[in-house]
Amino acid sequence: MGEFKVHRVRFFDYMPTAIRAMAFNSRTERLALARADGALEIFNFADNYFQEKVIPGQDGRAVEALCWVGQRLFSAGLNGEITEYDLENLRPRYTVEAYGGPIWNISINSQETLLAVSCEDGTVKMFEILEERIQFQRNLDRQKGRIISLSWHPSGTLIAAGMMDMIKIFDAESGRATHRLLVERGVGASKSKEVVVWSIAFLSDHTIISGDSAGKVQIWDGLTGTLVRTHLVTKWDVLALSISQDESSVVAGTSEGTVVQFQFLSSTVDQHDKEWVRTRTFKNHSHDVRALVHTKIAVVSGGMDTQLVVRPLLDKVEKNTQESALRKVAFPHRSLVCCAKKAGLLLFQFPDHLELWRLGESDGHGKPGDSLPVERKPEKLIQLKRKGEDHICCSALSPCGGWLAYSTVTSFRLYRLQNNNISITKVSKLPKDLRSAHQLCFSSDSSKLFASSNHSSVVVVALNQPECKYLHTLKPKSGSRQPVHLLFASEDGKWLATANTDCEILVYNLEKLKLHCTVPVYSSCPTAIAIHPTTSNLVVVHADQQIFEYALVKKEYTEWSRKLQKQGLHSLWLERDTPITHVTFNPKNPAHVILHDMFMFCIIDQSLPLPEAKTLLYNQMTLRSLPESERIIHSHAFKICKNFQHLMCVRLLDDHSLVVVERPLLDIMSQLPAPVRQKKFAT
Amino acid sequence: MAALYEGYTLCGLATSQNLSNSGIQGVEAERDSDHVVVTDSTRSVTLYKVSDQKPLSSWTVKQGQILTCSAVYNSQTKEYVAVSDSKVIRIWKEEDILLDKAFKATVSSDVWRVHCAAGGEPVVLFQRGAVRLLDSLLSAPQQPIEEVFAQEEAIRWSTNIVTESHQLIIFTTEQKGDHFLYLQRLNPNTLQRYRLEREEPGLSPLSFSASYRDKHIRLLYLYPNGHVYHSVVPVRGLGADEGAQALPLPRSLLLDLPVGEGLLEAASAQILDEAHVAVVGLPHPSAGAGKDFLCIWNTNFQTLQAGKEMAGKIYGQLWGYSNKLFIPHGKTLSVIPYECPKSSLASALGKLRQAKTEESKAPTSVPSWNNILHEQKAHPSRTVETRKTRTNHKSQSSPSLTNDHILELIKTAPIEEVQKELVVLLSRTDIQDLQPSVGQLASTLVSRSLDDPAFYTPSSLAQLVYTRCLCHSVCPDLVLLALERKDYFLCQLCLQFFPDIPEAVTCACLKAFISMPDVDAEKVSLEPDSVSLMETLMARERGPVGLQNGFSPTSNDEHRSDALSGGGSGAEVEEKTATQPEQICPVGLHKAILLNEVLQTAYSDYFLLPHLKDLSSQHVVLFLQYLQFLYLKYSQNAFPQMQGLRSPSLTQIMDWVCLLLDAHFTVLVMTPEAKGLMLNFHTFVKSQVRLVSELGKIEGSLHELNKMKVKKEIGQYSIEVIELF
Repeated sequence: MGEFKVHRVRFFDYMPTAIRAMAFNSRTERLALARADGALEIFNFADNYFQEKVIPGQDGRAVEALCWVGQRLFSAGLNGEITEYDLENLRPRYTVEAYGGPIWNISINSQETLLAVSCEDGTVKMFEILEERIQFQRNLDRQKGRIISLSWHPSGTLIAAGMMDMIKIFDAESGRATHRLLVERGVGASKSKEVVVWSIAFLSDHTIISGDSAGKVQIWDGLTGTLVRTHLVTKWDVLALSISQDESSVVAGTSEGTVVQFQFLSSTVDQHDKEWVRTRTFKNHSHDVRALVHTKIAVVSGGMDTQLVVRPLLDKVEKNTQESALRKVAFPHRSLVCCAKKAGLLLFQFPDHLELWRLGESDGHGKPGDSLPVERKPEKLIQLKRKGEDHICCSALSPCGGWLAYSTVTSFRLYRLQNNNISITKVSKLPKDLRSAHQLCFSSDSSKLFASSNHSSVVVVALNQPECKYLHTLKPKSGSRQPVHLLFASEDGKWLATANTDCEILVYNLEKLKLHCTVPVYSSCPTAIAIHPTTSNLVVVHADQQIFEYALVKKEYTEWSRKLQKQGLHSLWLERDTPITHVTFNPKNPAHVILHDMFMFCIIDQSLPLPEAKTLLYNQMTLRSLPESERIIHSHAFKICKNFQHLMCVRLLDDHSLVVVERPLLDIMSQLPAPVRQKKFAT
Repeated sequence: MAALYEGYTLCGLATSQNLSNSGIQGVEAERDSDHVVVTDSTRSVTLYKVSDQKPLSSWTVKQGQILTCSAVYNSQTKEYVAVSDSKVIRIWKEEDILLDKAFKATVSSDVWRVHCAAGGEPVVLFQRGAVRLLDSLLSAPQQPIEEVFAQEEAIRWSTNIVTESHQLIIFTTEQKGDHFLYLQRLNPNTLQRYRLEREEPGLSPLSFSASYRDKHIRLLYLYPNGHVYHSVVPVRGLGADEGAQALPLPRSLLLDLPVGEGLLEAASAQILDEAHVAVVGLPHPSAGAGKDFLCIWNTNFQTLQAGKEMAGKIYGQLWGYSNKLFIPHGKTLSVIPYECPKSSLASALGKLRQAKTEESKAPTSVPSWNNILHEQKAHPSRTVETRKTRTNHKSQSSPSLTNDHILELIKTAPIEEVQKELVVLLSRTDIQDLQPSVGQLASTLVSRSLDDPAFYTPSSLAQLVYTRCLCHSVCPDLVLLALERKDYFLCQLCLQFFPDIPEAVTCACLKAFISMPDVDAEKVSLEPDSVSLMETLMARERGPVGLQNGFSPTSNDEHRSDALSGGGSGAEVEEKTATQPEQICPVGLHKAILLNEVLQTAYSDYFLLPHLKDLSSQHVVLFLQYLQFLYLKYSQNAFPQMQGLRSPSLTQIMDWVCLLLDAHFTVLVMTPEAKGLMLNFHTFVKSQVRLVSELGKIEGSLHELNKMKVKKEIGQYSIEVIELF
């Protein structure tokens, strides 16, 4: 197979931000997730938890709560605004000022007609959901003190509101508070501190469940306003609650990073007097659990430690299946690194700036396993701060290293780079059609820029000194309105492939500037696409780990792809839980396809036999131990290298060396603030 | 511990051109321990007075004649006997000036040697193995001499031993690589032949040495590969078919000496006494490869006892008479006085010596086992003397001479004089040289003191103990004498410095200390270091009550009074706890110091236990109270051991508590005043058990710490080479 010189890069200081809020749409099985920097992410739980969409954040937008209303997504935050998002164009659709100070929570009634908003000033405001917008309807009786949490009774007539030291139940129609439930403060030193009811749930049998800053999960009778049961869960805060749809199970997230499950069970068999019993404790987080979702089969949690954790409930799923495995999403499912193959440059995308680095060099030769002496250290050439308050959503670097482009939701910028004397010039005159882009891509000769725009269209721009010229807008015939999240221009400049979240893959002929073909739609979303430089075969990898190879000229799946589908992929390959985020080819050997996910990179040698179900998939160690003559018998097409972990990017440079960008999770962990102090033995 | 003293030259060697031969044929004892007869390899015989390093007279045979065997002195007739030209026996007296005029007799066969041991008659050993008493030979000089040996059998070495009833001639022969030992008894004549076991092919014994003890001949022989074997042959023969068959001679490997590079060429081993062997021509194990050392090895412990570098070539010859070794080396014949006192393992090694205290004090003269066997150039054993120190020593008189005077002095002289002389002796001489004699001095002093109630020299004894050359086995009565004379300071020193005090004596000390009234104790002057330690400990009596290992003595009061509320003595105990009696030292300062010394002595509990049972219950309670006090002090934050002073360790204290409880458990259970104490101990144990069980819980995690792999450090950027298959 061969030796590779690998540039092992760890200087990309990618730092995800904390998860603040989550909302799950059980009809579409989409999870919306808001981070501390205001960014929103949409995960498709039906499709291997693939991160379909990312709406970049904005300075000053602090999302505290998320709410699905049908397919519409609302958020509210401490800036006092309610925002609805345009999930097709990945940007806020509009914002409405609530005029009640910072907003702590929003809640939609079960009829999806009224959105209740809890405000700092002590009001609960009702907004009517209209077709295109929301309209303020009225206030409930104003209370003293902020209202932290809200929950509608399923009937839509009552609202429970968590406040400081108490819970109030409002009649939604009259707006009057009908009950006042006093929440006990913590013992000891915290006796003097107000207790905050961080989270509340109102069940259809008028049970109210609350989680508070004294570490209690309390069960109340909402009809009589009496406390039924107190569970002391933690010494710290209970920050989040989530109830299952059938109201038989509640999970509570704490500052200690634990998630505690309560179930509504009868204490003895065949008795009807059920009560809420503490059943399980999950500890998958090191920091606060700020957001929780109880889906049918799993507990989804997120918090300060930035990782999204899907913890299946083992009584709801079949054991020892892929479904029952714990999943952690630590990295975005798209590349934040762009590599100029010819120039040996790396572009790192951060929400508020870009970094351009030049790789180091080494003349040395070594045997496998060696570290070579670094003769020239890697060098940070440019740090480019974005303009405006919107965060960067995509960026690209041309293969020659001469052009750099980035886009936010409101603006697009293109720069000309001179690497010899490190200068950067903004290209001032830009075509009008190039306002904003979801995805950017340069042609391999750096003469064209492709930017995916509204409704799956792609804007083609010719790059000439000193300005750039609009050439064409490629539009799909299908009329899909979903954004394009993958773009790939072929090496020979003839083809451009696009993929959108509707799972459509379109290939355009760039010479004719026309749609060439539509690849047959597969049910899972493509996560990486690439066109082979010589054979013009399109390789597509999907979120469910399937690999297809499509011959563009013949417009059919290749022989190899059919063979692969017929034989099926190895079960271990399918069980991997991070998507392939990039595909590329080895110019020296046309049979080689290089792809990577978070934990490995793989070179598929199409000339070798596919691994049988019983053969060892991860066989590099075995092959290493065998004499050369026997290797060929045991080797198969999938050459998987796990030497490098937590991969953000794997690229093959033109000098045939690999660039591997790692971001060890431990490094991320070490930059997080200290977790709440917990007594450990001998500390 | 055997020692080699500073040597001196007896005479120069008339070495011939070829250096392989020392030019000395033999050194034989003369009338007393101070005279020797030296025969050179050519023509002359010289009588020396050794201590004067001076020849007294000399005899020479005529030119053309040659002496073929070393001259011997017949102490009965005061005559010298030598053989010239193998066949002519010459006998002369000291007054004879010219040998040619002295008595001569020619015999019919070649003579190998004439032997004459002290107390025995001269014996002539012929080269073909026949043996004749000189008298009977001279009565008929031309009598036929039989051949004992087979063809090609040649004599290699011979000696003569006189026992209570017999005179024995022992000689070895070689025949085609086989070696035989002959044991010739005279009157009646019997001959026994033994065959020596073969060593590696081609190796013949380099030297033999024989000694007699308990009706057995002990034969020692050295091979070129450094192996020293020893065989024991009974003097009383087997009887009947003597000499017919060569019996196999059983042997055992006595020492496996380091030989450095290659095989030994000129080396010799000489028996000094039953436990010591002098070896010359071998390298010193800690001084490089040079083979010019004279060493004394202890065969019981396989330890090197003393070593000395001999300048110049070693010829592999070594004679030893009356505590002097005669070694030809280079161009001189040196006399090296030595001493091999009875050695004990205790004095060689010490018994459970506290390494901690050793370090802080002056170095001891007892080398550690490691030093002797493995240790290398960094600390050459201090008995290896370099030329430099030797020249320094030259100016001093030989201490062994003065020692004898002082020993005599001790036996008779008044106290003041003895003390004065001892002070002079100890201040003057190097302790190293003194070492073998310290034991003698001390035991003489002790025996005089025991005999004479008026005689007692505390300061001299203390000084001797301070030299650290003493141990209990050397002077077994010293501690008891000190106890008897109420010299507690000396007791303290002995307990401190003696590594091998028997448990019975330790217990006697303990008993004496604990029963001593505090008033008496305060009069005793004690070693200042230990005093200051106890003072600091007691000064903290009113200090804050600390909490160590989760155990606080006060926190358990409640618990205890609960347990006692049923008992009648509850009130009494509560009253006691109110004043916290365990915080106040139950014994006086000096008494505590003495008890500390007892705590720190080495013991074996199996032997100690029966003696402990002799203590009265009051004393046991008092001692336990003191131990409890120490334990509490130690449990508090102030750890007296940290100050680098000699102090009992926590484990020692706990061990003693356990021992006392074991020895007196039933008595203590029955004694009402011990009840509170026992309950206290019970709470100690409980808290300790709790601690240990808590530690046990985290044992697993601590193990994991060990297993953790050290990950390779990966920097921000590296260029690596990988290979895919």
